[in-house]
Amino acid sequence: MSGISMPKPDAATLGRRDEIVADMRIIVPGEGVVDAVNEMRAFESDGLTAYRQLPMVVVLPETVAQVSRLLKYCNDRNIRVVPRGSGTSLSGGALPLEDAVLLVMSRFNRIIEIDYPNRVVVAQPGVTNLGITTAVELDGFYYAPDPSSQIACSIGGNVAENSGGVHCLKYGLTANNVLGIEMVLMNGEVVRLGGKHLDAEGYDLLGIMTGSEGLLGVVTEVTVRILKKPETARALLIGFPTSEQGGQCVADIIGAGIIPGGMEMMDRPAIHAAEDFVHAGYPLDVEALLIVELDGPGVEVDHLIGLVEAIANRNGATTCRISASEQERLTFWAGRKAAFPAVGRISPDYYCMDGTIPRKELPRVLAGMRELSEQYGLGVANVFHAGDGNLHPLILYDANKPGELEKAEAFGSDILRLCVKVGGVLTGEHGVGVEKRDLMPEMFNEIDLDQQMRVKCAFDPNHLLNPGKVFPQLRRCAELGRMHVHRGQVAFPDIPRF
Amino acid sequence: MTTFTPTTSAEVLSAVQWALAEEAPLEILGHGSKRAIGRPLQCEHTLDLSQLSGVTLYEPAELVLSARSGTPLAEIEALLAQNGQRFDFEPMDYGPLLGQTPGRGTIGGTLAANLAGPRRLKAGAARDHILGIHAVSGRGEAFKSGGRVVKNVTGYDLSKAMAASWGTLAVLTDVTFKVLPAAETETTLAIRGLLDDNATAAMALAIGSSAEVSSAAHLPERMAARVTGGSLGGDPATLLRVEGFGPSVAYRLEQLKQLLGNAGAIEEISGEASAALWRDMRDVRPFADGSDKPVWRVSMPPADAHNMVLALRMQAAADAFYDWQGGLVWLRMEGEPEADLLRMLIRKFGGGHATLVRAPAAWRAAVPVFEPQPAALAALSARLKAEFDPKNIFNPGRMVPGSGPATLTGATEGKTP
Repeated sequence: MSGISMPKPDAATLGRRDEIVADMRIIVPGEGVVDAVNEMRAFESDGLTAYRQLPMVVVLPETVAQVSRLLKYCNDRNIRVVPRGSGTSLSGGALPLEDAVLLVMSRFNRIIEIDYPNRVVVAQPGVTNLGITTAVELDGFYYAPDPSSQIACSIGGNVAENSGGVHCLKYGLTANNVLGIEMVLMNGEVVRLGGKHLDAEGYDLLGIMTGSEGLLGVVTEVTVRILKKPETARALLIGFPTSEQGGQCVADIIGAGIIPGGMEMMDRPAIHAAEDFVHAGYPLDVEALLIVELDGPGVEVDHLIGLVEAIANRNGATTCRISASEQERLTFWAGRKAAFPAVGRISPDYYCMDGTIPRKELPRVLAGMRELSEQYGLGVANVFHAGDGNLHPLILYDANKPGELEKAEAFGSDILRLCVKVGGVLTGEHGVGVEKRDLMPEMFNEIDLDQQMRVKCAFDPNHLLNPGKVFPQLRRCAELGRMHVHRGQVAFPDIPRF
Repeated sequence: MTTFTPTTSAEVLSAVQWALAEEAPLEILGHGSKRAIGRPLQCEHTLDLSQLSGVTLYEPAELVLSARSGTPLAEIEALLAQNGQRFDFEPMDYGPLLGQTPGRGTIGGTLAANLAGPRRLKAGAARDHILGIHAVSGRGEAFKSGGRVVKNVTGYDLSKAMAASWGTLAVLTDVTFKVLPAAETETTLAIRGLLDDNATAAMALAIGSSAEVSSAAHLPERMAARVTGGSLGGDPATLLRVEGFGPSVAYRLEQLKQLLGNAGAIEEISGEASAALWRDMRDVRPFADGSDKPVWRVSMPPADAHNMVLALRMQAAADAFYDWQGGLVWLRMEGEPEADLLRMLIRKFGGGHATLVRAPAAWRAAVPVFEPQPAALAALSARLKAEFDPKNIFNPGRMVPGSGPATLTGATEGKTP
């Protein structure tokens, strides 16, 4: 494991392991408890494979009552719990802890209800993102957020991470497409937030839960909005001699009032890697390649393609191809969608980052990355959700060379620091997890982080649910709750009073 | 009786620290345009944010705008319009309904009340467009959350926590919203003469089509005459709005007409007339009657809301009209609010929530204005409030009866007019 410190295992819990495993078998009878080391190996990491840890025991419950009993049992005995969906997190959100129960939700895999008049699907959290679309696509509907892991990632995990995807500029993130959840708190209480109606009553706890990375509660049911599939989609493939021109083209498209269904940019190393891999016909003599996809009624798409083409030409595009068939559209995307494995072919390992920046800062950030690349002696290829400023730099390294992983991580941290410096953020869609945990102070001061941790205290006052993630330093809730009243320090005379 | 009128966030911090030290609760106020919503407050002191004003960042190409919390919403919307942009969530104006001057309200209040409009169906509410905040907690600490980019999952989304918190968690000092291009053009189809059940079916059909309908509303008989100065006439009107680029709008209108051609006579309302119609729907014009008859805002699953209304009418006199494909019901009661009856029926017909957005203060003190929550959820909400505002100094009792030192409203509990 790389150099990040996790909460110290609790010796008392580890000492009672056999007893806890036996109790888990009472709570979840049958095949749902896994404690053999060789069988637990499958769960020792998520999509961030540089970090590995065997859990104390793996439990796969099947009912909400079991989840509730399990959490209450652990809460009463001070046992840590790490929830896990499909384990596709790229930030280590589902990394096990040595002294924790790994609560795997994959057996919650049923669609509960498809309700077309209200345009919702109610699903158990282990249903895959794509599984929801599959359930309704014959009737012409789909679920809009489409993270690239959508074939495997679970809808419960999407809620935990507030997952995005290529289409989120136009259609929103998970938070904008989930109407309700049922969840279990660490004390075993079951609460429902929202439902088939819009805007949950009271405080927006659904908004807080979405993207809370498994630290606040365990989702046991999800109600999502489904949309009618757009009538058609076409794409433009546009090449530019400089990233500045590509960036300006993106700004001009949005300035013209056009919000494309997808708008992706790749830099030269990514273009070359992708083209070598899938032969999508990408131009190799450009510095920036833009894929702009427009979806909607055919007449609208045709109208907008004309506008975008004109904008591209005004910005000095050297190539501009327009998909004439569905097959050609998919070919345009093939390179972009295969960018990660393509980069995997040119480098033994790669490390995927996820910062977001104000779009206009793209040239400055790319230049900064080139400098860092030279400084660290490691290559970097960039794919970029251009519409919303979400960068995915892929740092090329070789894990078998001593010290290279650490060097890649340091390079990645410097990139994220640069993102924050230009007004951006540490993570656009992958989450903080363990990966970016220790960088949180780059973006938030102690007061900001304390207030976030206090929200955690309202849900899980004993810090038992997924500890060691998101927050660089855990502080006890009693300590966080202490008040420091600034009596006498008030700059009172400055305030006009009537 | 003190009114603090800070002009900087540092002054807001000072005022809150003073209130905390004195354990003196504050009423948090922007323009006060929504002051009559919620349980009545009895705060001795007021924190008036109307002078904490000004747009601090607006980058149209980045789709982002930041402003101090007391900035007038109208000023921001005018600025956006100059640049061909808008808040896609179409924040409503409670002014007409509450007997106030229209066009008031601040950007902070927009978030604190989680405002939305007819486009909520497609575009979301304020909660879906907030990107970041700066605020002062009831602990007397200035904190921030989120950022200024449209895609961000760094840490808990405390910005969303401010949505619909009605000034009870923290005092907003700065907010950053996502903005979007305004539609090039819009046209509304009005299907005439449908009863509520047929209207619900027609709206579901339209919204479930690929015509990308951005708003769907239904004005039953007598309600239709109460918008746009009566230009619609009195027959029921089921309204479908189509927005976007000209050629696309024309095509989608044809699509809808073919889909719904058998439903009833269809009228077309274009351009500014369409925009004016939806402004009236947004601002609840049919019930902007200058009275203080109780008005409920009910959010339910769209398909069954009209059945709830039918059942309610068997026991209480009420007028109703529908937005959000039928899922937003505006209800005006002829007599008492009938909170228990209404909430029982909402549960029976698929769940949701009801907010008593207009009623005399005595009713608002006696009847739960906001939907009461099940015990575990209410306890969680109370714990969240305590983590932001442990001494209950912000708008105490506005959402739920409080038990802190600040609660004076007990005196009016149980009293009805």
